[in-house]
Amino acid sequence: MPVGSKVAATLLIAGSIALSACASKAPKQLPPEPGPATTSETTQSGPIPGSQADFVAFTQGSDTIYFDTDRYNIDSADAAALQAQAQWLLRYPQKRATLEGHCDERGTRDYNLALGERRANAAKNYLASLGVEPGRLTTISYGKERPLALGSDESAWARNRRAVTVTID
Amino acid sequence: MTARFFALLSAASLAALSVPLAGQVATPPPSPAAPGQPAAGEEDGLTGTVSDEAQWQDLGIAITSFATDQDVPTQTNAGSTAALGRSLADVISGDLRNNGLFKPSGPGGLPQPAYAQVQAPDYPTWAARSAEMLVQGYVRANGDGQLTIGCYLYDVALQQQLARAGWVVPPAEWRRAAHKCADMVYSRLSGESPFFDSRIAYIAETGPKDRRMKRLAVMDSDGANHRYLTSGQATALTPRYSPDYKSILYLSYLNGNPRIYVYDLATDRQRLITESRNPTFAPRWSPDGKWILYSMAIAGNTDIYKISSAGGGQPQRLTDSPGIDVGGSFSPDGSRIVFESDRSGSQQIYVMGADGSNQQRISFFGGRSATPEWSPRGDQIAFTHIAGDLRIAVTSPGGGGMRYLTDSWQDEAPTWSPNGRIIQFFRTEKNSGKTSIWQVDLTGRNERRLQTPVDGSDPAWGPIRP
Repeated sequence: MPVGSKVAATLLIAGSIALSACASKAPKQLPPEPGPATTSETTQSGPIPGSQADFVAFTQGSDTIYFDTDRYNIDSADAAALQAQAQWLLRYPQKRATLEGHCDERGTRDYNLALGERRANAAKNYLASLGVEPGRLTTISYGKERPLALGSDESAWARNRRAVTVTID
Repeated sequence: MTARFFALLSAASLAALSVPLAGQVATPPPSPAAPGQPAAGEEDGLTGTVSDEAQWQDLGIAITSFATDQDVPTQTNAGSTAALGRSLADVISGDLRNNGLFKPSGPGGLPQPAYAQVQAPDYPTWAARSAEMLVQGYVRANGDGQLTIGCYLYDVALQQQLARAGWVVPPAEWRRAAHKCADMVYSRLSGESPFFDSRIAYIAETGPKDRRMKRLAVMDSDGANHRYLTSGQATALTPRYSPDYKSILYLSYLNGNPRIYVYDLATDRQRLITESRNPTFAPRWSPDGKWILYSMAIAGNTDIYKISSAGGGQPQRLTDSPGIDVGGSFSPDGSRIVFESDRSGSQQIYVMGADGSNQQRISFFGGRSATPEWSPRGDQIAFTHIAGDLRIAVTSPGGGGMRYLTDSWQDEAPTWSPNGRIIQFFRTEKNSGKTSIWQVDLTGRNERRLQTPVDGSDPAWGPIRP
């Protein structure tokens, strides 16, 4: 990957995070791996170009976008993250990706499955609007079944209301 | 009376091989509202029918070890016929006590009636012990390996038999005879429909919060005869027993994607209810078992569909709002469906015809209202009310008389006992995410936890067994 473009993307994301800082949104720290489908292959020589590890490194943690309670709209921070994702996906047009929709624990099970679908589709539609072929993107909802943050407080719930893009190696 | 009773028993013996639990209640209990029929005047706020201050709850009931004519080995896990007699009484006593319905005594600490006394109680002894009601019975091993179990209820003050019943059961089903006996006692004394002889499907949970293993499991209404149906490799959620107990609808992430399957209990095989590239979830049966309700998301929009349970039919779409329409529960007569939708901006409860007509919101309680379940009696809808905490509540089908039944951090997903008197739900513990199954009666006062081998969620109570 050209060093210059990576730095530019990083700066772009950092800038939009600063502009859109919002109390209800989760901190943009690098989250733990979203699921068993994800592997972390970072080595000293760097991730293999086009791999999921490369995608995670390229998007600098912006493989995940966050939502307010019961909401599924794409705000400016989400848009910046999805733009970084789209940039990578357009660079590797043969790669497919799954968009995982998740909810916090403070809702009922069936509704959260539906809400997770909404969130995953909101992310998918935004990527499609940026030129990513929709046929490359699949969605899956895990409802509240796979929390990332384990506490029962506002900050944990904010980190769990998310859509995670996982590329398929 | 003896002739009639044993005439019934011998008829039952003939039928026992083809019917898992044959037999008859010799004295049908009075039932003010037949199950499966909506009570009249359901808009009137039927809190008056809730067994709130009923006198019968304070009745002193003595439950004695069942006698046997001959102490011989049985193929039950309880042991010989004498040991089984004690176990039968334990199960009956547990049923009546654990649900907060009665305060029974025995069998421990009580005199043990002889076989000859089962039909001729020693009334003065029981009157001296201040017992108002007396349950006696017997167990006999039949030549063919089956068991004959008789159950008698006496009014000690009146020195009168109130009810009796007998069953011929295979050894593996001896607990069902005890539940049938407890049902007979409960029905005769309360005037309510029976519910003990029923089963529960639920999700057994183990493991840390972010990697919970969720397995489909089933058990009797008292937690006995527990069995896991899935291995846990694929996450299982939201089971529902079919009305005939032959199969279970549930959601599985088998093959990675959430889909509804029908699990056949006789063959341990399962099939998809509908071939679809879209996720399907929140499965429900119609009361007659002929229809399956389910929710399906297409491009992020979830609607409710109906499909024949026989398989192969075309699904019928019942809702078409751009919001999330999900779940659903039929009225007992099958004519209406209560479901949840966020078309107004937040989760609320709506009622519609079984064909999707006349969709009307009924929940105006503030906060959000979710997971509605229509009572088998038709007079109440149980649901999860969300206003910060999640609590179990009931309302009339018209949205009147809303009452909370629980007050905890997170209680959700109510399911009704077969007679519409008790509600089970699951409770999630703050931070740890540990889950447990609880039940509460309609007064909200008698709340207790069901013991399960591991954590439990998504209980689904099946109907009374035939």
